[in-house]
Amino acid sequence: MRTLIKNGRILDPASGHDAVGDLWLDAGRVQAITPPGAKRPEPGDEIFEAQGLAVAPGLVDLHVHLREPGEEYKETIASGTRAAAAGGITSLACMPNTDPPVDNLAMVDLIFSKARQQGVVNVYPVACITKGRRGEELAEMGELQAAGVKAVSDDGNPVSSPMLMRSALQYAGMLDLLVINHAEERSLSGKGVAHGGFTAAKLGLSGVPRSALEVMISRDVILAEETGSRIHIPHVSTAGAVRIIREAKQRGVRVTAETAPHYLVLTDECLADYNSNVRVNPPIAEASDREALLAGLADGTLDAVATDHAPHSRREKDMEFVLAAPGISGLETSLSLVLTAVTATGRLSLLETLRRLTSNPARILKVPKGTLAAGADADVVIFDAEGEREIRAAEFVSQSNNTPFDGRRVKGRVLATLVAGRVIHADPAFAVRRSGGLPAGGV
Amino acid sequence: MPLQRKDLLGLEGLSGEEIQLILDTARSFKEVGQRPIKKVPALRGKTVVNLFFEPSTRTRTSFELAAKRLSADVVNFTASSSSLQKGECLLDTVRNIEAMNVHTIIMRHACSGAVNFVAEHIHASVVNAGDGTHEHPTQGLLDLYTIRECKHDFSGLVVTLVGDILHSRVARSNVHGLRKLGATVRVVGPATLVPRCFERLGVEVHHRLEEAITGADVINILRIQLERQDGKYFPSSREYANLYGINARRLGLAKPDVLIMHPGPMNRGIEISPRVADGPNSVILDQVTNGVAVRMAVLYLLSGGEGADENLD
Repeated sequence: MRTLIKNGRILDPASGHDAVGDLWLDAGRVQAITPPGAKRPEPGDEIFEAQGLAVAPGLVDLHVHLREPGEEYKETIASGTRAAAAGGITSLACMPNTDPPVDNLAMVDLIFSKARQQGVVNVYPVACITKGRRGEELAEMGELQAAGVKAVSDDGNPVSSPMLMRSALQYAGMLDLLVINHAEERSLSGKGVAHGGFTAAKLGLSGVPRSALEVMISRDVILAEETGSRIHIPHVSTAGAVRIIREAKQRGVRVTAETAPHYLVLTDECLADYNSNVRVNPPIAEASDREALLAGLADGTLDAVATDHAPHSRREKDMEFVLAAPGISGLETSLSLVLTAVTATGRLSLLETLRRLTSNPARILKVPKGTLAAGADADVVIFDAEGEREIRAAEFVSQSNNTPFDGRRVKGRVLATLVAGRVIHADPAFAVRRSGGLPAGGV
Repeated sequence: MPLQRKDLLGLEGLSGEEIQLILDTARSFKEVGQRPIKKVPALRGKTVVNLFFEPSTRTRTSFELAAKRLSADVVNFTASSSSLQKGECLLDTVRNIEAMNVHTIIMRHACSGAVNFVAEHIHASVVNAGDGTHEHPTQGLLDLYTIRECKHDFSGLVVTLVGDILHSRVARSNVHGLRKLGATVRVVGPATLVPRCFERLGVEVHHRLEEAITGADVINILRIQLERQDGKYFPSSREYANLYGINARRLGLAKPDVLIMHPGPMNRGIEISPRVADGPNSVILDQVTNGVAVRMAVLYLLSGGEGADENLD
């Protein structure tokens, strides 16, 4: 069946295309972009009227916790991929800190098979760097890669030993497998639960100094430079980290980096009422850090925005701040927060903003996604970039609604998300824009 | 004038007027403690729970005496004997206690912010008896009371807090209270325990003791916790005593009528020399006496008491 997305502002960062036009999808792939009305639909074509809306490649999220297997009470592959769809995300890399961890072929196969049967977006399992995420012996990366793994990470645990990290980079580099290392020097972060600045000092919360992150990032950049391997720095949150990465990139180190929406929006002042929903690791730092992150995102130092979607149940959040589990449920707020903090403030054009949410992360992961080029998989998001909405945690599709953004007014509403040409999420307001197609088709 | 709030969580959130109201009320209650029959009917029929998730003897006893002298029924609940050992979450524990129609919960907890969290979720009045390294408001109030009793006025007063400011809830409550009442506050200790960022609270940050106590009207000496003595924050108790211990010789730098205070328990010979602790400038035991009066005032005012002394007979 053919689909026409009509009269939308089509944005494809990979090709630099940004113009009103018609997007044609056929048999699960992008067929063509044509000028508005240049080609007439045929009977049986499904038509989406996208006038006034943005039409872009589905978003690619490099950092998601789907929690399955092991913590299905927080999230599952079924619920997490639907939450992604609601956020306009059509491809995601899910982290291996499950129980048991994803450090062997059977676990990778399990994730792929569950994602195929129960998921609605493309799922790329990230496997462990070391067996059991213990930081002692390398996981069997060759076999994991053959099973379809694109990246390795001991997410949540840094590879503490510099020797083992160097070895991991050499070995993964040989396979051209992406290494992502949780950037935290544990002897510096200690029992810290918040950014080690004035706010934490005033509230009596143990602080994590910026150096806890920056020492580890510096080490990893040095090891990547020496081994010539690729390193990806997750959830960059401080000005110093941006500076280290910028300087490394200028020297030609093969380093890429992501930040998360909450670091672009909040500052550590949000800790003031001990709201456990702002407890996240790494912690949210100060206004000067936020400014540096926005600048780093604008100048390309930070390649991508990834959610670090970390769902937790009420049972792990409705408690003492210090004891609450760190993490933010972010899939359904990411696009809106980025549009609000980055695009609406004039830091980046809509096209450049989307580059950091689509083609850049796809390039880092080396997957053929994040583009509307003819022949590409028809993964598409249709959204209203200008309209305002209020974030309502109670309406989350995710099983967990641990967000500090409940009630916040933001720009941007996802109206429809398509994977391989099929609508997997549609806002109720989108119904009136649909016509044609075959009976009983759709969601 | 009653105190228009449900809880006492910290001194940061109180106005100078509210603090003065509590101190004024405490003065009336101090007199009750000097009577042969140390009891007034102000809280008769009310139930007060001492909910301590961290061991405490003096603060718990002080609150217990305060409540009993107001004729309240007092129940002590300690974590070691509690359902928390069975894995019950904090909120369930507190809601269960509240369901027994408790009027006031006095709570101590090892986590900063835990008392704020509980207060937000229950209807009963909550009094913070120390949360982690955040605040210990009644200690702050009794320190203020003791200073006011001797010095009468806070303006122009120089108060020096000595020790582990970073990990001290007593320090934070003192800083907030003293600043609101107009005193000049200096904090002093090793750089590892006295972060420079405390300047943003409106205090002077010092690392040299001599500099910090010169001309001081009050020296409030904080306890050095045993768990900080492992060589990571400072080399040894010996070196700490050498650099920051308050002894008779150093006392000469302060005003002749300087008040020596300590929230207890003291490490004699480390942060304070026995001669200073027991000397003529020491008001350390007055602090303890005043603690009961201040806590009576807090319990009374939070229960809607008017702040005058019509209920005291």
